[in-house]
Amino acid sequence: MEAQGKVFRFADNVDTDVIIPARYLNSSDPAELAKHCMEDIDPEFVTRMQPGDIIVAGRNFGCGSSREHAPIAIKACGVSCVIAETFARIFYRNAINIGLPIIECAEASREIRGGDEVRINFDSGEITDCTTGKVYQGQAFPPFMQELISAGGLVNYINRQA
Amino acid sequence: MGMTMTQKILAAAAGLESVKAGQLIMASLDLVLGNDITSPVAIHAMEGFRKQGVFDRDKIALVMDHFVPNKDIKSAEHTKTVRQFAKKYNITHFYDAGEMGIEHALLPEKGLVTAGDVVIGADSHTCTYGALGAFSTGVGSTDMAAGMATGKAWFKVPAAIRVVLTGKPGKYVTGKDVILHLIGEIGVDGALYQSLEFTGDGCSSLTMDDRLCICNMAIEAGGKNGIFPVDDKTIAYLKVHGTKPMKVYTADPDAEYTRTVTIDLSTLKPTVSFPHLPENTRTIDEVGDVEIDQSVIGSCTNGRIQDLRQAAEILKGRKVKKGLRCIVIPATQAVTLQAMDEGLLKIFLEAGCVVSTPTCGPCLGGYMGVLASGERAVSTTNRNFVGRMGAVDSEVYLASPYVAAASAVAGRICGPEDLE
Repeated sequence: MEAQGKVFRFADNVDTDVIIPARYLNSSDPAELAKHCMEDIDPEFVTRMQPGDIIVAGRNFGCGSSREHAPIAIKACGVSCVIAETFARIFYRNAINIGLPIIECAEASREIRGGDEVRINFDSGEITDCTTGKVYQGQAFPPFMQELISAGGLVNYINRQA
Repeated sequence: MGMTMTQKILAAAAGLESVKAGQLIMASLDLVLGNDITSPVAIHAMEGFRKQGVFDRDKIALVMDHFVPNKDIKSAEHTKTVRQFAKKYNITHFYDAGEMGIEHALLPEKGLVTAGDVVIGADSHTCTYGALGAFSTGVGSTDMAAGMATGKAWFKVPAAIRVVLTGKPGKYVTGKDVILHLIGEIGVDGALYQSLEFTGDGCSSLTMDDRLCICNMAIEAGGKNGIFPVDDKTIAYLKVHGTKPMKVYTADPDAEYTRTVTIDLSTLKPTVSFPHLPENTRTIDEVGDVEIDQSVIGSCTNGRIQDLRQAAEILKGRKVKKGLRCIVIPATQAVTLQAMDEGLLKIFLEAGCVVSTPTCGPCLGGYMGVLASGERAVSTTNRNFVGRMGAVDSEVYLASPYVAAASAVAGRICGPEDLE
């Protein structure tokens, strides 16, 4: 499994209220949520990003509420992967469960610049910054998590196991 | 090697002799919780399961609290989805307008959680029940769906930070000040992936409402759960509220902790978290001149009877400053009733407060007190993120009910002593 795209950078402690503000939680439609992804931190994000693009952030990405609407909004607007130094634990779990690829890598999180072209190999955990040529070693996904993500999330995965 | 209190509860729920930090386990659940925002997503996810139905209709709690009574058509549709689901599966603990309360105040009050339980909830503040000696943690809607269907959830066994509480808190220092101080010390990711295990002789001087408030905000330090040892106060509380048998676990003396943080409660002062992170704490004497437009007293953090008594103690015989909105939200129907019996609602109304039905409402910028651009609120809630209570350039300052009430009178953030 691989992902490749242009990088959008965010700082530490990006919380679920800026990923998808609660004023939009009266909907659970992924397409509707996607329209407002990152609205309170970067109002132009959804218009500037292209499907396949990548978010690179600092520590504790996705902190705050347990709303699954947050990873759903990110996935539905076409982000192919989120790289961060660390993720808040509920967000981490939710992202995996809904099939949004995420990867922890402190060095990549610090060094990769906004606008860089980045490729991620989920089998090896290797993150390549195609713009600078630098390669980073992120945490690889164990096979069951890759299966879970490629199945599109926990629900499909459980059904496949049954 | 010994186990922490959390690890012992998880080992028992997984049917294992022992567990250690980092181990992946499958645990049986005593309760699965959802609200009107997260349950519809879970219900939709459940429709995707090949095997339909719920694992145990008595072990699911669905609490309509965030946007109920419904604030708009979309939220009404969400709640309708949950109502229909609850009816279809005859869910015992379905709480709608008229009998509901804010979930994390309601569940302990109704005795739905007891010591030793394992609880997941599709709400990040599910960690509240650690105050009762339970393991409880927030999850997303898909985990909630899997939990409702199978009665199980996977966990990575957490390591723990030991928080040793000593001494007794002084006047006007509450559980809220303890947890804000701790978050200020360790940061919003200080306990990431870990348990916060409270211990020490200072625990005995904290009321159950203090402990519920402290565990409620464990997530604001990134914690997986917060937990207090079971003592006489816990047992007395559980006896009044519940009928479920308690399972009391204690940490082993040789349990391993990643670090120990010691807090002498007698040294704490009323504490305020400045925008836009709960870790931006200042003691009340360092606040400076912060004028406010609104004061919110309520939420799953501070909407219990003790909180209302503290706010009323300050507001009695005083008036909310002209031009400022003070919104008081008792957390449950029972808290409202008790506040009425004790004359607290009269005090609030005479002071010029708005008194609302139980709801999460303004805490997450839902309704019942949303902020306009540039406005500032002091609030007893749990988050002060960008845009949390409304406009993206509004501000939220987190504080205790004493501080929120005193600030409502003064029109700027201050402690009760500033009014004297």
